[in-house]
Amino acid sequence: MSEIVIKNLNKYYGKNHVIQDVSLNIDSQSFTVLVGPSGCGKSTILRMIAGLESINSGTISIDGNIVNDLSPKDRNIAMVFQSYALYPHMTVYNNMAFGLKLEKLTKDEIDSRVYDAAKILQIEELLQRKPKQLSGGQRQRVAIGRAITRKPKVFLFDEPLSNLDAALRVQMRVELAKLHDQLDATMIYVTHDQTEAMTMADKIVVLDQGKISQSGSPMDLYHNPKNLFVGGFIGSPKMNFIKTRILKKSSQSISIDLLGQKSFLLKKTGTNLKTGDEITLGIRPEHLKISKDLKNAWKGKVFVVEKLGSGTFLYLDKEGEPLVVETDGDSKIKVGDTINVAFNPDKCHVFNANKEVI
Amino acid sequence: MTFFNFIVYVVIGVSAVLSYFVLANWAHDYLVGKFSKKNLQDSIFRPWIFMAPALIILLVYLIYPVSETIRLSFFDNYGREFTGVSNYVWALNDSDFRQSILNNFLWLIVVPTTCTFLGLTIATLADRVWWGVFAKTLIFMPMAISFVGASVIWKFVYEYRGAGNDQIGILNAIIVYFGGHPHAWIAIPFWNNFFLMVIMIWIQTGLAMVIFSAALRAIPEETLEAARIDGASEVRIFFYIIIPFLSETIVVIWTTITILVLKVFDIVLAMTNGQWGTEVLANLMFDWMFRGGGDSGRGSTIALFIMLGVIPIMIWNLRRFKMEQER
Repeated sequence: MSEIVIKNLNKYYGKNHVIQDVSLNIDSQSFTVLVGPSGCGKSTILRMIAGLESINSGTISIDGNIVNDLSPKDRNIAMVFQSYALYPHMTVYNNMAFGLKLEKLTKDEIDSRVYDAAKILQIEELLQRKPKQLSGGQRQRVAIGRAITRKPKVFLFDEPLSNLDAALRVQMRVELAKLHDQLDATMIYVTHDQTEAMTMADKIVVLDQGKISQSGSPMDLYHNPKNLFVGGFIGSPKMNFIKTRILKKSSQSISIDLLGQKSFLLKKTGTNLKTGDEITLGIRPEHLKISKDLKNAWKGKVFVVEKLGSGTFLYLDKEGEPLVVETDGDSKIKVGDTINVAFNPDKCHVFNANKEVI
Repeated sequence: MTFFNFIVYVVIGVSAVLSYFVLANWAHDYLVGKFSKKNLQDSIFRPWIFMAPALIILLVYLIYPVSETIRLSFFDNYGREFTGVSNYVWALNDSDFRQSILNNFLWLIVVPTTCTFLGLTIATLADRVWWGVFAKTLIFMPMAISFVGASVIWKFVYEYRGAGNDQIGILNAIIVYFGGHPHAWIAIPFWNNFFLMVIMIWIQTGLAMVIFSAALRAIPEETLEAARIDGASEVRIFFYIIIPFLSETIVVIWTTITILVLKVFDIVLAMTNGQWGTEVLANLMFDWMFRGGGDSGRGSTIALFIMLGVIPIMIWNLRRFKMEQER
């Protein structure tokens, strides 16, 4: 058991209110990802959980004990840093054994823990090397190994994959997920990469300017973003946003202007919106279809074609940001073509002027 | 007028150097082009043209004095008659010389170690208090004072007046204030060596501190945080993480101060002139070389002993430097 409860957490850097009244429950043995753009406060929250950053107000408790005033070593946590933060003058073995020696464990116990961790991470043959003789991926494994050997209740990861190349990042992502299954520990993971968040998390917490924008399971966030920010942040390529307004509102549905070409009917009930209100329509590239059907459709000119093999992204010219459409990998559409794009009304998100979903 | 002369000399000097390089380079191209079919860029002579001025200066001001000193050490006091190793025999039997060797050793052990230790401690601690910058400024200031200037200051600190008189030296003043007896500090054999070392430490700690401060900044914060999470106390972090990080810096500072200490001269000359058992090699050499008519034989011999002391550290330094380059 190692549940983490954060209540009304606040942090100021001088006059900057960087963490604004954040409350969050992290379930025992869950993999929680804090995600957001740089400067949103995600690393600060992680560092406050670790005890590396002081807390201005609010509480953090691990397993029911408030840890606000405990030093990092008494919180039973381990942390993996973006820069790996290995001890350069120590061998891999000693890097991993450093914390254990401080705990005054027996030589045999230290040995077995280090070798076990090395085995899990497949770095057994590197144990006698120094960090500077290792590649980036190997260093990151050692950093993770250092965390594993201490058998902490909570693992904290601060953008651990950011310094790795793309291929290695994908591989380590899978291994971290596997590791989470093996260790049954609570893991909190900070990243700015929504792909990492989507692929690894049980629960994603999206942060924006020091506040929790939305939290929930990856698919929940993907399908039901609560606001414009989450809608735009989760998913790649990002959700298309179309600024428009309500043409007519009836009890069961609203009719909106679709890029000046056509009116478009959405089933929305019980909203406070009135005819003439400004709204933003959001739809993901994968929910746009190229079809001959002219209902709920829009005609546009293709100006960029991105072929990924598995799929193709078409960038259509419109006012403001281009409209991105995902289609088959073997699509024959070329730059300059005019295509008819059908909107799936069930997959459309409507955001009001306050950028909240309705 | 002098200013005008100065400008003229600078202009003449700079243009002489410039024309040397331009003309020598041109002559090289002309001659090599005439006698060799090879590409001019590959010429093995060109580096020598550019190194020549430096090599000549080295030769005149370094190699010649050394060889001349070696020669003089085998001659009599006027450098006229060959006397074999008699100067060396004299040195090894001379009580002043032995005392100097002993004192130099004492300086070598105490000063670099204390400076390094204090510099590191102060650099570490000063970063943790709000008045750290002020403290560092104060500690760095003696660096700007010459050894002789510092000696004059400390002469006042150690100043002695007979009991019953007003003590103008601060050390004795404090001791008398608390009911003690004044002492002539720099005349107390053996311990007076340490009172002189204090001056060097006072000056050199600033240097060590400034370099350590910079090196400490270079230690990544995340590594220290990782150690903190690993459960290391601040003291342990200092000894197990910070010190290994600084090992290169420690060696650099330690050797720099060691070499400086081997040549210690001004402080001893100004404070005691080697009396009361404080003699050191450099002062002894100066004494024999230039005082009482001068004895170039014995002076040179002592100078060679100083060089003998510096050489191993130099070689070690160079080797370390080379190793660093190769890594």
